[in-house]
Amino acid sequence: MAELNLLEAINRALDESMAADDRVFIIGEDVGQRGGVFRVTDGLHAKYGEKRVIDAPLAESIIIGSSIGAAMYGMRPVAEIQFADFIFPAFNQIISEAARMRYRSNNAWEVPMVIRTPYGGGIHGALYHSQSIEAFFTHIPGLKVVAPSTPYDAKALLLASIADPDPVLFLEHKKCYRLIKGFVPDEPYTVPIGVADVARTGSDVSVITYGLMRHYAVEAAEMLAKEDISVEVIDLRTLRPLDRETVLASVKKTNKVLVLYEDNLFGGYGAEVAAIIAQDAFEYLDGPVQRLAGLDIPAMPYSAPLENEFLPTPEKIADTLRDLVQY
Amino acid sequence: MKQERDQAQLIEMFRLMALARALDERMWQLNRQGKAPFVISCQGHEAAQVGAAMALRPKQDWIVPYYRDLAMMLAIGVTPREVMLGLLAKADDPSSGGRQMPAHYSHRALNIVSHSSPTGTQVPHAVGIALAAQMRGDDVVTWTSFGEGTSSQGDVHEAMNLAGVMKLPVIFFCENNGYAISVPQRKQMGVENVSDRAQGYGFPGVTVDGTNVLEVYEAMTAAVDRARQGHGPTLIEAKCVRLTAHSSDDNDRTYRSADDLKAMKTRDPVHSYEAYLRSEEILDDAKIAGIRDEIKAQVNDATTFAEKAPLPDPLTVSRYVYAE
Ligand SMILES: Cc1ncc(C[n+]2csc(CCOP(=O)(O)OP(=O)(O)O)c2C)c(N)n1
Ligand SMILES: [Mg+2]
Repeated sequence: MAELNLLEAINRALDESMAADDRVFIIGEDVGQRGGVFRVTDGLHAKYGEKRVIDAPLAESIIIGSSIGAAMYGMRPVAEIQFADFIFPAFNQIISEAARMRYRSNNAWEVPMVIRTPYGGGIHGALYHSQSIEAFFTHIPGLKVVAPSTPYDAKALLLASIADPDPVLFLEHKKCYRLIKGFVPDEPYTVPIGVADVARTGSDVSVITYGLMRHYAVEAAEMLAKEDISVEVIDLRTLRPLDRETVLASVKKTNKVLVLYEDNLFGGYGAEVAAIIAQDAFEYLDGPVQRLAGLDIPAMPYSAPLENEFLPTPEKIADTLRDLVQY
Repeated sequence: MKQERDQAQLIEMFRLMALARALDERMWQLNRQGKAPFVISCQGHEAAQVGAAMALRPKQDWIVPYYRDLAMMLAIGVTPREVMLGLLAKADDPSSGGRQMPAHYSHRALNIVSHSSPTGTQVPHAVGIALAAQMRGDDVVTWTSFGEGTSSQGDVHEAMNLAGVMKLPVIFFCENNGYAISVPQRKQMGVENVSDRAQGYGFPGVTVDGTNVLEVYEAMTAAVDRARQGHGPTLIEAKCVRLTAHSSDDNDRTYRSADDLKAMKTRDPVHSYEAYLRSEEILDDAKIAGIRDEIKAQVNDATTFAEKAPLPDPLTVSRYVYAE
């Protein structure tokens, strides 16, 4: 048992999988000697060499496209996109190629690869180092999208993603990288893809969330506990496939629900979650399915007051929940 | 002995080119009969593809093709029956089980990799396959093809750049027929030869007459040797002719003049190769008739076989989104 932050947990998972399976390799910008701009791949270049920790040219489409080819050949590539904001040059490779390969070849070919990328804001990254990109990718059948928020989950889910026979987009919230610490067992353990976590149990209202917002939701829940409001927090951990059972069970228990996400509100991932709840738990609801999310502006601005205004905060979450329990 | 083997190979090249042409022509007939909604042709590219295939080792080397590569497919081992199953979108189509449009070739057992419709996306895959083969120390050469119009895509640039950096055993094979649907080459690029660009990636680029099967074979043999010796990629540009419209949905008379079309026919690679083999006295009327009879029987068999084959079961539409 060691106390690790999120990025150390991810580093451990990479190290363990590379030690266990020589088909696993890393490719991305600055992942080699530098160990990544966030230092997530720190030490791996020294340990496994430049053939397995590849500093790619500055070109996202070939990072993903060559990983697809290598995966089809039988390797297990773990590609890093330096910031999620820069994944769009590779969008076509991810959605037209990686995600559709199994389907379009009638199961003859598969693309067992992982795309790791830091996403999310609250770190003064401005418009192009803060984005949440999950909605673009959770829309695509054939892709799995994983977004752990704790070191414990991150390590196990990355190992599960590398072992998975289908392409997995692995989202790492960059504000959580060093902020969030937790105990991670030294011995093997598993967290399956597609299973949500009840981060906190409660009885008055449910919050369905993931990523940094899981931690903000728990903070809000702690504030409200002092006011005798009991909040349940569901951390989805995997966005696609979605763990509908855990979500619906929580809503059926508390009868009120807030869907919370950091991305822009309109058409965000939480819109799908809200639609599922409205359709499948309608008779259990004692209030409207609420959403709280980032503002509908192009992206997070740089200056601190502007950035704070964009993001849901524990205070804003608590306010929304107070209103919802009053409904 | 050697000469005999060479002769057999020269005749085999002819057989493959003529088979591809005959199969292609049959596809258009089926299209006109309303049996095949979509056809896209290899006509005019047969020499380039067969010349390239002859330098590769089927099932050992990896093929990352594009939609014009019918002759390449046949040369690597896809059967006419399999091709027709794809054309008619039948359940047993090895490319996709009828999921993709025809000519989106794939054949796992032959290391022929599935490609999609967005042009150029296959080229990075070829580079990744070559990277994997290099990492594993496997004696594998990867061949990938694309049109000259597609050479404008960013993916093609990114792929060549990485292949140059890592000296990967990959051959970039540009089938230049002078058109991207209706847009002529002069509106597509500022260079005369796509192969000129190889210099910018640090590996050789050669332009060959893509209607001359022997010239293509020679350039490919050199590129394969280079790749196998660990010297890295080669860009081969084969100047071809596109003897048909872009596809069955196109009408090239709206952008190509009658004179241009007529001039192009004089560069028909199947005709010129047949004439060459006759002049070398490798083939004569009787031998050619024998080959053509055999091809006709094969094409008829493939057509009947595919017409009788079952269509996909609609209940399979949701299968294989993820591993099952
Ligand atoms: C990304 C993308 N843009 C446009 C198209 C439509 N399209 C299909 S083939 C083609 C022309 C390709 O020309 P070229 O690469 O020269 O190949 P050729 O068909 O001449 O062999 C176009 C524009 C496409 N399939 N993909
Ligand atoms: Mg062309």
